[in-house]
Amino acid sequence: MNVHEYQAKELMAQFGVPVPKGGLAQTTEEAVDVARGLSGDVFVVKAQIHAGGRGKGGGVKVCRNLDEVKNAAASILGMHLVTHQTGPDGKLVHKVWVEEGTDIARELYVAVVLDRGAERLAVMASPSGGMDIEKVAEETPELIFFSRMEPGQPLWDFQCRQLLFGCGLDAGQVRQGTKMLQALVTMAMAKDATLVEINPLAITGEGNLIALDGKINFDDSALRRNPDIAELKDPTETDPLELQATELGLNYIRLDGNVGTMVNGAGLAMATMDVVNMAGARAANFLDVGGGANEEMIGKGFEIILTDPNVQAILINIFGGILRCDVLAGGVVSAAKKIDLKVPLVVRLEGTNVAEGRKILEESGLAFEVAASMSEAAAKVAAVLGGQK
Amino acid sequence: MSILVNKDTRVVVQGLTGKEGMFHAEQMIAYGTNVVAGVTPGKGGQSVLGVPVFNTVSEAVKQTGANVSLVFVPAAFAADSACEAADAGVDLVVVISEHIPVMDMIRAKAFLNERGVKMVGPNCPGIITPGECKIGIQPGYIHKPGTVGLVSRSGTLTYEVVHQLTSAGLGQSTCIGIGGDPIIGLNFVQLLELFRNDPGTEAVCLIGEIGGDAEEKAAAVVAAGYPKPVFGFVAGLTAPPGKRMGHAGAIISGSKGRAQDKLAAMEAAGITVVRALGEFGATVAKTLK
Repeated sequence: MNVHEYQAKELMAQFGVPVPKGGLAQTTEEAVDVARGLSGDVFVVKAQIHAGGRGKGGGVKVCRNLDEVKNAAASILGMHLVTHQTGPDGKLVHKVWVEEGTDIARELYVAVVLDRGAERLAVMASPSGGMDIEKVAEETPELIFFSRMEPGQPLWDFQCRQLLFGCGLDAGQVRQGTKMLQALVTMAMAKDATLVEINPLAITGEGNLIALDGKINFDDSALRRNPDIAELKDPTETDPLELQATELGLNYIRLDGNVGTMVNGAGLAMATMDVVNMAGARAANFLDVGGGANEEMIGKGFEIILTDPNVQAILINIFGGILRCDVLAGGVVSAAKKIDLKVPLVVRLEGTNVAEGRKILEESGLAFEVAASMSEAAAKVAAVLGGQK
Repeated sequence: MSILVNKDTRVVVQGLTGKEGMFHAEQMIAYGTNVVAGVTPGKGGQSVLGVPVFNTVSEAVKQTGANVSLVFVPAAFAADSACEAADAGVDLVVVISEHIPVMDMIRAKAFLNERGVKMVGPNCPGIITPGECKIGIQPGYIHKPGTVGLVSRSGTLTYEVVHQLTSAGLGQSTCIGIGGDPIIGLNFVQLLELFRNDPGTEAVCLIGEIGGDAEEKAAAVVAAGYPKPVFGFVAGLTAPPGKRMGHAGAIISGSKGRAQDKLAAMEAAGITVVRALGEFGATVAKTLK
């Protein structure tokens, strides 16, 4: 789960990481009120969406007075902010964060990441802050430093010194940075974060460290034991259909094609999407109804797929594991009858009692196309769609 | 022949008295697996499905000689259960539970590594040596004893491939679902090494998916010299770029996790790559016959 910059900064501040003073605003008036309550004569107005590259897209504005804050908030609130991470339609901005301007002497990058290969957390730092870190890694890998944590051990001071002296900080800044990195690790472990990133981490004109941005990715599997984090979820950041699917217990991702797919298991669902696309049709979605699919989940799957107006045909690919195919076939038939299915349906069932299952489908009186293999299923879908043109 | 589990394997099921645990233990027993003990704290002394239940894994191991544990407990307790099994001295822990927090797995994996205990999973279908021993939630009947080894990151996708192999007349030596979580037990590389030395395995199938760099690492092992034919598939070839907010974690591993890169690495290593899943069984059959 991702959170907004302002939420990340508030959480980091709770763990002792210095961040600029600021406040959240949903209207231009609120933005001006927040700025009025801050000290200094420079303010930054920042769009709050879950995507990087906001500055380049016009979602971050530096203001010299309250009038400029008002204008900046007016232009950012309600805009469809397009960045390299949002897709071409961009994301609607509902909220801005208004903070005190910082006198920036240098910009660094620091992060706590899950190093999957080493099966532990690692801390990263780079003197090239304020840039796309993946680009830095590609073009100047020598400017990225990292240090892995030993499971069960703290992040030792020496590890921080290595990283921060490596970034060219002086002794006083290294002391501040060490505390900051240790705070980030403590936060990551306490709140089950698998990515904590500060980019940029500024060194001010006075030589102090302060987090100018914050990104945190939390482990979805640990949200139950972190109810305070679960509350930070912003439902407007998720496709409404995907949100509805999550509530139904389905793993659904909307795509831009016209073939709805319903599959049990994530890997098989991905492979089914591939087969559809390779057969010359386009998958409208990825939908995993769970390894142990049943009638109820299939019914819910239909509900979600058909909410997408682009769907012109549906392919169901179910591998009946422990659940028998005749039971699954009964589930497909009754779910299809209940929703009065209008689009062509191709069903591929495999597993225990497959012959009985296919018989139930064929004798249902519904216009199912039954396929025996994945390749045949995809070919039938492509043919069905071709026949409609 | 097989790897890791066979007809002599003695299984303790952690969470035997739960609904899922009991259902699948029953299926395992019906398949012929030696389920010798169950563990549910507070239910020691009971008997379920004719299997004695103990309060601790340590007690179960002492009383029954169990050497593999199957973990079927809710996610919040699963890492603890895996550590308990490792501490009790089993050789292998198979973790079926899904949604285990990553931080828990980091600690549990380190605990297991220190004791030299192997793990399969978590979030996986388990391991099976057809005709001898099934430890997990796989539909047993799709398998057939034979000489093809199989390793997969995904559940139902594994069943699909096994079914295709069996339909093409190819039996399996051992099939392992390694799970798709960020932190897992045995991986492609370690299992390729076990299959390398198993005289009962003539060919190995690797079923991968997008994300991480497991496939690239497996390809490197094969490229360095592997004595048996290897077949590969990667799910997600046509998946649109993820909606992730970047992946700084991938910088350290140097991989972007894309299917195209994985397939290219596999092909360059001499692995026979199958792009359309429906063709997998036929491709393996054609090559081996």
